[in-house]
Amino acid sequence: MIALERLTPSRRTFLLGGGALIVSFSLPPRLAVTEQPADEELPGSLQRDPKLDSWIRIDERGGITVFTGKCELGQGIKTALTQVAAEELAVAPQSIHLVAADTGLTPNEGYTAGSHSMQDSGTAIRHAAAQARSLLIATAAVRLGVPRERLKAQDGAVVAHDGRRLGFGVLVKEKLLHVVADGRASLTDAAHYRVIGTRVQRVDIPAKVTGGPAFVHDLRLPGMLHARVVRPPSYHARLLHLDTTPIANMPGVRAVHRNGSYLAVIAEREYQAVAAMRALAAAASWNETPTLPEPDRIFEWLASQPAERVPVAGGSGDLAGGAKILEATYRRAYQMHGSIGPSCAVARFENGQLTVWTHSQGVFPLRAAIAQLVQLPPERVRCIQVDGSGCYGHNGADDAGADAALLAMALPGRPVRVQWMREQEHAWEPYGSGMITKVRASLGTEGRITGWDYSVRSCTHATRAGPAGSLLPAWLLAHPSTPPPPRPLPLPEGGGDRNAAPLYSIPNLRAAYEFVPAMPLRVSALRSLGAYMNVFSIESFMDELAQAARTDPVEFRLRHLEDPRARAVIKTAAERFGWSGYQRRQDHGRGFAFARYKNLAAYLALAAEAEVDRKSGHLRLKRVIAAVDCGEAVNPDGIENQIQGGVLQSASWTLHERVDFDRTRITSRDWNSYPILRFTEMPDEVQVYVVNQPGAPFLGTGEAAQGPTAAAIANAIADATGVRLRDIPLKLA
Amino acid sequence: MTTLTVNGNKHEVDVDPQTPLLYVLRDELALNGAKFGCGLGQCGACTVIIDGAAMNSCVIPVGTVKGRPVITLEGLGNNGRPGVLQQAFIDEQAAQCGYCIAGMIMRAQALLDQNPAPSDAEIRTHMEPNLCRCGTHVRIFRAIRRASETLTRERGARA
Repeated sequence: MIALERLTPSRRTFLLGGGALIVSFSLPPRLAVTEQPADEELPGSLQRDPKLDSWIRIDERGGITVFTGKCELGQGIKTALTQVAAEELAVAPQSIHLVAADTGLTPNEGYTAGSHSMQDSGTAIRHAAAQARSLLIATAAVRLGVPRERLKAQDGAVVAHDGRRLGFGVLVKEKLLHVVADGRASLTDAAHYRVIGTRVQRVDIPAKVTGGPAFVHDLRLPGMLHARVVRPPSYHARLLHLDTTPIANMPGVRAVHRNGSYLAVIAEREYQAVAAMRALAAAASWNETPTLPEPDRIFEWLASQPAERVPVAGGSGDLAGGAKILEATYRRAYQMHGSIGPSCAVARFENGQLTVWTHSQGVFPLRAAIAQLVQLPPERVRCIQVDGSGCYGHNGADDAGADAALLAMALPGRPVRVQWMREQEHAWEPYGSGMITKVRASLGTEGRITGWDYSVRSCTHATRAGPAGSLLPAWLLAHPSTPPPPRPLPLPEGGGDRNAAPLYSIPNLRAAYEFVPAMPLRVSALRSLGAYMNVFSIESFMDELAQAARTDPVEFRLRHLEDPRARAVIKTAAERFGWSGYQRRQDHGRGFAFARYKNLAAYLALAAEAEVDRKSGHLRLKRVIAAVDCGEAVNPDGIENQIQGGVLQSASWTLHERVDFDRTRITSRDWNSYPILRFTEMPDEVQVYVVNQPGAPFLGTGEAAQGPTAAAIANAIADATGVRLRDIPLKLA
Repeated sequence: MTTLTVNGNKHEVDVDPQTPLLYVLRDELALNGAKFGCGLGQCGACTVIIDGAAMNSCVIPVGTVKGRPVITLEGLGNNGRPGVLQQAFIDEQAAQCGYCIAGMIMRAQALLDQNPAPSDAEIRTHMEPNLCRCGTHVRIFRAIRRASETLTRERGARA
């Protein structure tokens, strides 16, 4: 049970086991606290929850607990947030206990998505910690009879100039931190940083490399049962006849659960559940209908669908002023998250209370959806986030949480763990939508762009948990809930139109999004949403224009950019790559790309070298030099790790990936039918240079590399071969 | 009853001999290291070392393992005393989500056990079966290289 308690800081274990947290829980339970009205003046997520002790609590022994509503997704957020709190509280990072994403304990920060965690939670925690430090110093000033200016916080105490010190634990009495945050405390000056900007090792890695209980998959609750679901063979298949009796009598089987076309089996041991699942799948017969578009004509289908036109940039799109007009169309196949570990969740329904351990990106929205699904009031449902396998957006996590909830409700008192099989993950996760972009631009005689007209077309990029109908299991029930109609995500961040307008200074710039409400394939948010395709298109086309203008691609970009931070990352990447002195080699090419994510977050430029095997058509990304400015860099190693990972994942998408299907079924059902990048294709070098901006706002990192990588690869292939590839995945014919 | 030797410890397990070794390790022996990734032998998340060779435990019936020694991630060290390769993964911060990492370490360990100083190309080829979705390949590669250097140095010191 050690494993469970370490992974699941329930209120009880906190009260009984975690002595350091006892004082924290003399506070009212979260749900009983009156919600403060949102204050849009406050920094970061303090807007959503302005109570200081929602973020930071200190017990009478000086133990510090920091709370975040954001989730660890392998992006290192727990470590970076701990660093921010440690800096402002003037303590070592190791002395902070961080509690993340638990509807019973933490602030509601919505989803951990959109590279927002540092902006939202990092900013909130930073200001909350600075205010806590200020309150502690003010209290000490009264106790010691010393002016505040002669006191400082140091290693968990307030220290006076004469050497007297009072520990934080002594100072926090009488609910010192039970106040509303004001966002006005002075932040630690960048010149005095001890922790921010340093390469603190990730707090979650030791357990992950030594077999500690690190993932929701590793939870073992007393009396826990194992479940497997049987999914229909295709999206709209309906269960016909099924005799469950033989399966119910298989070894270890506790229950066969059927509700409409929703089918699952619960057993004592995990492999008994797998064996029973297979028997159940073999016994089931389904009514299937061909509801998918013709796969070979998927882009014709997408182009012909009714669409809602959303203006993105409202210029004229007039190209008459140019001497030369270029145009191009780019296409991107449907692509999947493909987490290595299939989705998993554990749930327990006991004494009218449902608890769900989940690797969801948003425990509060998931709680609302599950509460509606199982018809419990939200306060009877608690969702606790536990690390899962790679999360790059809206994958199967929420649906697996719903599976576990439904099955736990069917067997009250017994915890139920459910994990999907590989083919279920591949076939049922929401994909990144197929996309088409079209661009026309005019080039003036001075090698400057004089007009630009761009459109992007896709299905939705957001079908996340809202009502119960957003959860896959709800569609299959005898009384199903249906997904709410999709809506385009609003600008400035956007969905399919994210980064649809270039950051470059271009007159007569028009851009629009053609939002297609239909979605024959299940789709939602995949890392960077539309930015991947829009940046690929814009940055490929910038190279096409540069070539037409007979200008070096880096020079051409700089010619159209004023933002000094954008220029700085471009120059850094080009210099570190050795762009100007590049030695041309047979079958090798170099490519460049730049974007500011969402046009308001991290700046990223990268230069890449690709190698082409003309006989086999094989394409390899060989060398990548990236420069990133994500504002204040809290953990440079974490940033480098995220960008390196983004580059390789984007290379995999760009060179390999396409979800295949026939008129009825998804046919990409495993790693043979959906190949991804492997070790022999790994670039020889991926260097990331962090252009730090001490004291500047956090801009986020996680998604910045997706688009630029794709374009740099295509540009490098064009440089090597003279062939411009515009369809993702990129293939030489 | 099937007798298994895992990380040097003998276990008697009462399961259907067709049960893949992975489920026995996770559910009977409560070991977290080997992960379920595909159940098809395609991704390597479940990699363990059997008789010195890296194997996908998700497709190996426990009945066929018999007396052959099995090493899992837990057999290389623990949080307080990580093994050389585990420490190299910590030093290089070679994980993002970390789900594939147990399998990566076990496959690399099998290589280093036989050849403590592999070439870059040998590392790449040897690691080819294992998939990482977060794109941590470069760091995983560096961690294996680092462990190799540590092992080579230790050997030199002993010689």
